[in-house]
Formats: sequence, C-alpha cells, structure tokens
Amino acid sequence: MKAFTQHFGLVVPIDRANVDTDMIIPKQFLKSIKRTGFGPNLFDELRYLDVGEPGQDCSTRPINPDFELNQPRYAGASVLVARDNFGCGSSREHAPWALDDFGIRVVIAPSFADIFYNNCFKNGLLPIVLSAEQVAELFDQVAAEEGYSLTVDLAAQTVITPAGKVFNFEIDQFRKDCLLKGLDEIGLTLQDSEAIKKFEQAHLASRPWLQASEEKFSA
Amino acid sequence: MAKTLYDKLFDQHVVAQRDDGSVLLYIDRHIIHEVTSPQAFEGLRLAGRTPWRVSANVATPDHNVPTTIAERAKGVEGIVDDTSRIQVKTLDDNCDEFGIVEFKINDDRQGIVHVVGPETGASLPGMTIVCGDSHTSTHGALAALAQGIGTSEVEHVLATQCLVAKKMKNMRVNVVGVLDEGLTAKDIALAVIGAIGTAGGTGYAIEFAGSAIEALSVEGRMTLCNMAIEAGARAGLVAVDDKTLEYVKGRPLSPKADDWDAAVSQWRELVSDEGAHFDAEVELDAASIKPQVTWGTSPEQVIAVDQLIPKAEDQADTVSRDSVSRALSYMGLKGGEALSEIGIDRVFIGSCTNSRIEDLRAAAKVFEGRHVASSVKEAIIVPGSQQVKKQAEQEGLHTIFEAAGAQWREPGCSMCLGMNADRLGQGEHCASTSNRNFEGRQGAGGRTHLVSPAMAAAAAVAGTFVDFREL
Repeated sequence: MKAFTQHFGLVVPIDRANVDTDMIIPKQFLKSIKRTGFGPNLFDELRYLDVGEPGQDCSTRPINPDFELNQPRYAGASVLVARDNFGCGSSREHAPWALDDFGIRVVIAPSFADIFYNNCFKNGLLPIVLSAEQVAELFDQVAAEEGYSLTVDLAAQTVITPAGKVFNFEIDQFRKDCLLKGLDEIGLTLQDSEAIKKFEQAHLASRPWLQASEEKFSA
Repeated sequence: MAKTLYDKLFDQHVVAQRDDGSVLLYIDRHIIHEVTSPQAFEGLRLAGRTPWRVSANVATPDHNVPTTIAERAKGVEGIVDDTSRIQVKTLDDNCDEFGIVEFKINDDRQGIVHVVGPETGASLPGMTIVCGDSHTSTHGALAALAQGIGTSEVEHVLATQCLVAKKMKNMRVNVVGVLDEGLTAKDIALAVIGAIGTAGGTGYAIEFAGSAIEALSVEGRMTLCNMAIEAGARAGLVAVDDKTLEYVKGRPLSPKADDWDAAVSQWRELVSDEGAHFDAEVELDAASIKPQVTWGTSPEQVIAVDQLIPKAEDQADTVSRDSVSRALSYMGLKGGEALSEIGIDRVFIGSCTNSRIEDLRAAAKVFEGRHVASSVKEAIIVPGSQQVKKQAEQEGLHTIFEAAGAQWREPGCSMCLGMNADRLGQGEHCASTSNRNFEGRQGAGGRTHLVSPAMAAAAAVAGTFVDFREL
C-alpha cells in the first residue's frame, strides 16, 4: 500500500453534504477490471455536460464550467473539503481509486460514511474528520483566498492553514501506522496465521453444519 | 454481562485482539460478484496467494447481467456490452482458477447476491457474512453479522478468512404497534431513515426490534436490514425467532438431521439479552406509518404519500436549504407540490431490496385486473433470482404482470443501478422499489422515487403516485 506521511496541497471545496459514491464515480465506469484510470471520470456527471461512457477521450468532452474541479483556480488541487457524510452509499472502492487517480490525497469533512472511510486507508488516501465549524471555516477561507493550500501532517495529526492555524484530528493508531509505513495489511494479518488456524479449527468443530453445508456446496 | 445480539455475534468471531482495539474477525461466508472482485483476484495473483478456505466463498454475477429474455438466452457470450461481458467472464475465469463455487449467469441458483445467499442457505443465522457490496446488511435479517466491504477487504478476506474490524456501537430501533394492512417493511425502512437521517446510523450496528418487526416475515426483515446502510449503518440485525428457523429449515445448504438440532440450540441464543446496553435507541409507532415516497436525491428526503413536497425556504439552516434546493432542482420540482402532480415515466420493481416472492405477490395484487397507464413508457418486473422467477411463474404472477402491460424479466440487479442496459433517460421520473435515489443512480439525469412494490405497481397503473389502497 502507498504510504502517507505529510502533504502540502491546493484545496478544492465541494460544498455539499451526502456526497455519495455514485456521484464520485458513476456505475458505468465500474465495469473496469483494473484499479487505475478512473481519474478522468471522477465526479463525471458534475464535471461534464454530456453523458460519460467508459473508453471515451475525456479531453474532448464539454465541461461544466460551474463545477469546482473545472475552475482554473482549483486546477491541480489535491485536498478536497466537503460537508457531512462524505462517501455515503455503495461500497465501491472505485471511489477512492478515482479520487487517488485524479490526484486527491486528502479529504476533509465533518463526517464520513463508514465503508468509504475504511476504503480510503487501503489506498493511501487520508480522510480527515474536523468539526462542522472548522470545516465551515475552511470553506470561508478557500472562497476568500485564491491558491489556498493546507499542510497535512499524519504523524503529528495536524492540518495547518496558510496563516499557521493548526487543527488537530483523530485517527486510529493501527490505521495511522499502516498508512505512515505503507504496510501490506494482508501480510500483517498472515503473521497471525497460526492464531487464525487455531480459531478456525475450534470454531468449525463447534459448528459442524458450516462444514457439512460446504460439502454440498461444492457438489 | 448482558450482551446485545451484535455483541454476541462479534465476540464469537474474534480471532485476535490488537492493541488499538481492532480485532481480526473470522469470516464464515464470503459472497462474491463480478463488479468488486476482479481487482481483488488480481491482487491475490500478483502476491502469489490463494484463498484461505475456498469453500467459504460463493459467487454469482448480478450487477451486469442483461435482463431481457433475448439477450440473456445466449449466456455470457450473448452480453452485448463489451465491458459488461468481460467483467462477467472475468468472474467466471477467476472462480474457475481458484476453485470457487459460482452460480453462473444462467445457473438455476443465479440471482442477486443478497437474494441468493439466504434462499440457498449459504447465509445462515450466527454467521459472519461479507460481500463487496454495501447491501450485504440484508443478511442480518437472519441474525447474522453481515456487512459490505471494499475490494481491498475482499482480497483480505480471500487471503486470510478474516477482516480487520473495530467493534461498532449498538443502536436499537424499536418499531412498536401494528402496521396498517398492506404496508410493508419498505415503508418502515424509509420512515426510519426519514426519522434518523442517512448518517443517523453511521458507526452503529442497528438491531430492529419491537412488535412490528416480529410481525414481519423474514423476507420483510431482509428488506429492512437491506436499507440499514441507507441510514449509514454497515450492519442491520433482527433476532432469531420461530420465523427465522422456519425460513432457514430445508434450504439446500442448511444443516440437516442432528446438525439441525445442534444449530437451533445455538441459534436460539441469538437475541439481545434482557438489560443489554444500547448506545442509542429510537422508537417508532408502526400505526403512524403511511405509504412512503422519496421526493429528493437522498433516501432521507422522504414523505408519506399524502404529504406535500417540502420547500427550500422552510428549512431551518443554510446547509439543509441548499440540499433541499439542489434536490428539488435535480428532480424538476419547485417544492410544495403533491406527489400526485409527478408524472411517472418508468417503473422498476426489483433489486436486492424488493425482488423476493412476497414483493412480487404484493405488486401482482395491485396489477391484477388493471393496466399500466399509457403515459408510462415502461414498467419492468425483475425477479431477484432464478428461484424467485420460477416460484412466481408457478404462481402465475408473470401472466398478471404481462396482462397489465408490464415486462417480466430475467434475474439481476438491473435498473437499481443501471450497470446493464436497464436505465433511466435524462429527466425521467421512476417509481422504483430499489434503495438509492442518488443523482444519476438509475441513469444520468434520471429521477428516482423510492417506494414499496405495491406503491410502484399503483404508480404504474395511475401514472403518478397514489395510495395503492385508494386505487
């Protein structure tokens, strides 16, 4: 997994609550069997004026000039700020893949949907929860100042504004360590192979129908 | 110490505890479909790993499969859309390569993962069940701990039979009293989401309890648990009772003979203990619930059929004003209208929420002796699985649908998310029994209204929203 330590980047505001994963990456792009290449279709229905289909050359499509990602002042943004319940809906990991492929490294919101939040960490993308008031403050500052950028330090768990104001954020220790070191979670879990085997043996022995059904299953 | 149902299920599956409070949670059943698995299998191959316990997995294609009889008849090779065909074939190839049981496109056990799991007995009480699909919460209706996961976790579960998990908080939603005749779990689900909001259950496992839940069939409980994720909860649960056991008994993969008795004695424990602690409790009176219809672009934007659509200016704060105003504009509404002013273009009855036999029976009851309104372009009925299709045909439901001018289709996810050819056009209003009314969910520019099967059938007949009891 990709590591995340520190990041300094331009902020793009998406002033919406309940940004869902259908919005982040519409379903027609989920037919890909790869993990990459979703960036041009990030927020497809908001970004473009036509209907997006897989395999299109997005550089020639008509763009929606009102959408933040299309505005010149936000070109190259890598920190996305949004309102409550970001990433709700489908479990599609294509959502963080699309954000990552586009170049977003940090998403800041007052709250996230559970599955999306979890999926971010598997992809070196850092979701940060700040209070609704702090997020509102960021929205005001982004609107007021062109080129507004934030510094994010995962080890210190801080977001630092251009004026030097520091916001602290919470994060699980395990997720933090994995992200800082870019650890392979499967490899980590497999270090507990013996414990898994031992558990499994006892678990299945006390639930023989799990085994019995599986024989039928394969038949 | 008194435990909740969720606590019991969680505790029974803890392999190892980590210092930060997360655990390795053992997974009994992993259900796989074609959309969220290809990258996981690719990951396994790249790392030279194999499935930990191959028989814990079962797969079936559902999201991309065509539902028209003609396109479906030719199997995988007949799928017209190249990318859809490749994705379904990739699932076949991966399952063949790793030795995973797959109910292929025209196998008589194929269907939507969340319909197939319970009906085959692949999903059983007491299990931990995961699938790369957020609506995995459905299987919680059997008192199983079932949750949706991302693709990296699909790979993790394949390789290790475990999920790295942190215990969620406990919420109990008590629905007391008696639901009016003809109202369903879908109306309860939408009313609950209307009450607590789409993020109301974030961080929680929701147990649905109370007399109105006990009165629901197990299929109804699946509808309810299915929508738990729309309230933000990764898992929904209903305690085991006689109905659960009756539902499970005799399924192809259910325990038999002595195993059945042993299983039942364990499953009987799958209830929240008296005095167990819930971090949050919500109570709803079933008698106050009327047929529900969503008007906006989030499941929480829902009203009873006789209520008026809200106006942006009546909202309390700026954020709500903005989201109501944005939703109204997307839906082509001004605010203040009656639902009966909305003209319906298409009707979709199906999805993992509402495609089981009792859903189809409820729709057929409304369609019987009536006809789809001429203003409605298309009404499609998509059974949740091959088994549901077979059962419906034995009962003659398909002839009722066809006589009413609705189309009877082949099983799959279909227009719930339109990964296949079943989609809404720009600006079209759809009465849909699915679970999400997000912008563009059923097709770019499409306008989804979530309702129960009876309400969708009534909308097809009337061409607009009416209380199906007054049709």
